[in-house]
Amino acid sequence: MTTFMLSDTTAGKISAQFTHLRHQMGAPAIGMVLTLVVVCEERHQYDALRAASEAAREHPSRIIVVINREVEEPIRLDAELRIGESTPGEVVVLRLYGELTQHADSVVSPLLLPDTPVVAWWPGKAPDVPSKDAIGALAQRRITDARGFDDGGVTSLVTRAKGYARGDTDLAWARLTPWRSLLAAAFDQPVGKVYEGVVEASSGNPSAPLLAAWLSERLGVHIEVLESPGPGITTVRLKLDGGELSVVRTDARLATLSRPGQPDRNVALARRHTSELMAEELRRLDSDEIYEAAVKRFARTYKG
Amino acid sequence: MTDPAAPPEESVTTAAPAEEAVTAAAAVAGTSTTLDVVAANPLRDPRDKRLPRVAGPCVMVLFGVTGDLAKRKLLPAIYDLGNRGLLPPGFSLVGFARRDWKDQDFAQLTHDAVKAHARTPFREEVWKQLLEGIHFVPGEFSDDGAFDALAMALAEIDQTRGTGGNYAFYLSVPPKFFPLVVEQLKRTGLADAPEGSWRRVVIEKPFGHNLQSAHELNEITTSAFPESSIFRIDHYLGKETVQNIMALRFANNLYEPIWNRGFVDHVQITMAEDIGIGGRAGYYDGIGAARDVIQNHLLQLLALVAMEDPTSFDAQALRREKEKVLKAVQLPANLGLNTARGQYSAGWQGGEKVVGYLEEEGISRESITETYAAIKLEIANRRWAGVPFYLRTGKRLGRRVTEVAVVFQRAPHLPFSKDDVEILGQNALVIRVQPDEGITVRFGSKVPGTAMEVRDVSMDFAYGESFLESSPEAYERLLLDVMIGDPPLFPHQREVELSWKILDPIEEFWATQGQPEPYESGSWGPESANAMMARDGRVWRRL
Ligand SMILES: NC(=O)c1ccc[n+]([C@@H]2O[C@H](COP(=O)([O-])OP(=O)(O)OC[C@H]3O[C@@H](n4cnc5c(N)ncnc54)[C@H](OP(=O)(O)O)[C@@H]3O)[C@@H](O)[C@H]2O)c1
Repeated sequence: MTTFMLSDTTAGKISAQFTHLRHQMGAPAIGMVLTLVVVCEERHQYDALRAASEAAREHPSRIIVVINREVEEPIRLDAELRIGESTPGEVVVLRLYGELTQHADSVVSPLLLPDTPVVAWWPGKAPDVPSKDAIGALAQRRITDARGFDDGGVTSLVTRAKGYARGDTDLAWARLTPWRSLLAAAFDQPVGKVYEGVVEASSGNPSAPLLAAWLSERLGVHIEVLESPGPGITTVRLKLDGGELSVVRTDARLATLSRPGQPDRNVALARRHTSELMAEELRRLDSDEIYEAAVKRFARTYKG
Repeated sequence: MTDPAAPPEESVTTAAPAEEAVTAAAAVAGTSTTLDVVAANPLRDPRDKRLPRVAGPCVMVLFGVTGDLAKRKLLPAIYDLGNRGLLPPGFSLVGFARRDWKDQDFAQLTHDAVKAHARTPFREEVWKQLLEGIHFVPGEFSDDGAFDALAMALAEIDQTRGTGGNYAFYLSVPPKFFPLVVEQLKRTGLADAPEGSWRRVVIEKPFGHNLQSAHELNEITTSAFPESSIFRIDHYLGKETVQNIMALRFANNLYEPIWNRGFVDHVQITMAEDIGIGGRAGYYDGIGAARDVIQNHLLQLLALVAMEDPTSFDAQALRREKEKVLKAVQLPANLGLNTARGQYSAGWQGGEKVVGYLEEEGISRESITETYAAIKLEIANRRWAGVPFYLRTGKRLGRRVTEVAVVFQRAPHLPFSKDDVEILGQNALVIRVQPDEGITVRFGSKVPGTAMEVRDVSMDFAYGESFLESSPEAYERLLLDVMIGDPPLFPHQREVELSWKILDPIEEFWATQGQPEPYESGSWGPESANAMMARDGRVWRRL
């Protein structure tokens, strides 16, 4: 890994330095397929960058990390450039000070790879309307994470629904894919009519109400969200004629699928790393209408 | 036990137009199992692209679990599928072998194979899920009692695991046992799918050793299973880059206009191996390079590169186009001048001293089996008339590499001085299949600092998968497709037979030619292969 620090710099100098470093390394002939802009606080930087670089192994990208520092300080731009042997693609960590924090897009836009998709990701708090955000507006795909709102995760989803634009997604939704996939597989054998259902999860888990909203959107019945000791989502129960279909997972790893008239079966259902969630996000860059329907339904029924 | 949810296999075999619509829609959706399942399943939606294609509940019955293929590829691939969440709940794995084993012994073998060869990390919960469904049935293929026991075991698994009578039988055994195993599956009724469930059989190459034997083999298999339930594995077709050939050709507008005799000079398709025959003397001797590799892998690659665009990517449309182009393949009139065969002799391969083919253990000193084969083919259609396709494969060559190189004609006029373009070759588009998957474009570029000196440069593209040591194995994709019942990546019997029709005359000619020409291990094959190209004024790409 070659690291290069530039302090009090400009986007033009950063670009030139990238070109220089690439030449120095014998111009790694790697086609980068997208630019990922990560907007975060200093405390999230390490984990977010790690996840993004892991995901970039599947989707070689230029990763631009934007960290807004003290607004009171004099205007300054610091940059840390990394071109790795271990990761395809390039990384630049930008630290913005003073009034520049309000104009991050002016630094980011000249650094975007030309003519390839741009994805923005807020691992922590995100703007209310990501698509109207200066950086969000540069991206086709905008990834928020309700979990980044700490206790406010569930309510942040209401904001997401209100500010939704095509291309928005949330990692709270991506975390559900294994659950949804298992439930869909269970429904590949017809289950008949579903009357009502329950999703149980640890308190404040933002994925749980999304799962409930998706299920009630698809099944047309009421799905209750209840609290459990966790970790994460622990149970989905659906009331059917002659019993219930349930998926129960108490150890965050192995789930048991039960349905009327059939033996119980264990299925691996592990929680996934952020890097895996990001890799999933980057696989498809068109808008996710199923997420849209789920998050909007959730917002309509949310009582606060 | 009938399961109304499972894809109705019978109706698929008979109702052709409906099947087309179904598979086409499923191919578009790309994520779901089949259209009727989607329609019936309120949780599935073609727009829901996150949901992976997951197979329905089923049992995989593996014959030949102690074999090399099972341990190195199949068992690890099954685990990897589980790790990716792609195995259905209740999935069960039944091993069959002539060992006095209990379930736990087979579980141990699977565990070891997974630990040694799986590409994804070992996770206890995934192993637990798999372990629950592992069963073993001991017996010889000739032992009726063993197959009766298998049938009973499967019926019991349906009860305890909810697998709904859906079984895939994977014949990872030497082909001479196919008739016996298939006969047993027929006798015990295991080959017949009850209403609402499916039975599929998976067979590995070689699909016979000539047209006649391929035909006989197929008669045996089709006597028990309908064609739509037979899945022939050509693991090349499961590779990402091979599927990428179709994306490259049919998703872009850049290449299609030049993908024809107007611009292409010739095409070279190579599969080079650096290893010798290893311990597989019994399999290899008498078969040889052409039957082992050209008949299946290289002719499939040729078909994908040369075919017209299919109307969709469903099995029928794709196979139709591949068949059309295989039918149009023509052999050169003079086989002596336009084919080459060789046999490796002792030498140095990558810094190691290695023995020649005739000194290998288990090989007769007089064997005339070729370990290198090169052939020139033409395709008699409007797109390709006059463009030669050169296919070559060999063992103990300089390097392990598989690629398809489309070599373009020289520019009709070069407005440079002769000296300046002396070292300029022909443009080429290379699809690198393995080991370094990707695409290379070769074109001329000005040498900086000179007046107008032009030379060849290469531009490489590798998508991310190739950075992961763990890019999904071809076998994962193919096993999943078998369980889902998605056939586009499996060659149809008609393709198998067409390929033999191309190869048989060459094999017959070679049989009259005595000993193949020796070539030194670690080299790039016999002199006659170079001479064959030189006669056409061309050279093999240096790999
Ligand atoms: N290996 C590869 O890379 C590869 C590549 C392409 C295609 N294939 C094809 O895949 C299939 C399996 O290949 P392989 O390399 O795994 O073969 P292998 O190592 O020779 O294994 C053959 C299996 O068949 C079993 N078997 C042989 N004779 C038997 C009998 N009389 N009764 C019961 N079981 C018997 C063996 O069990 P025992 O241990 O009891 O002998 C073993 O498990 C073959 O059709 C081969 O052509 C293999």
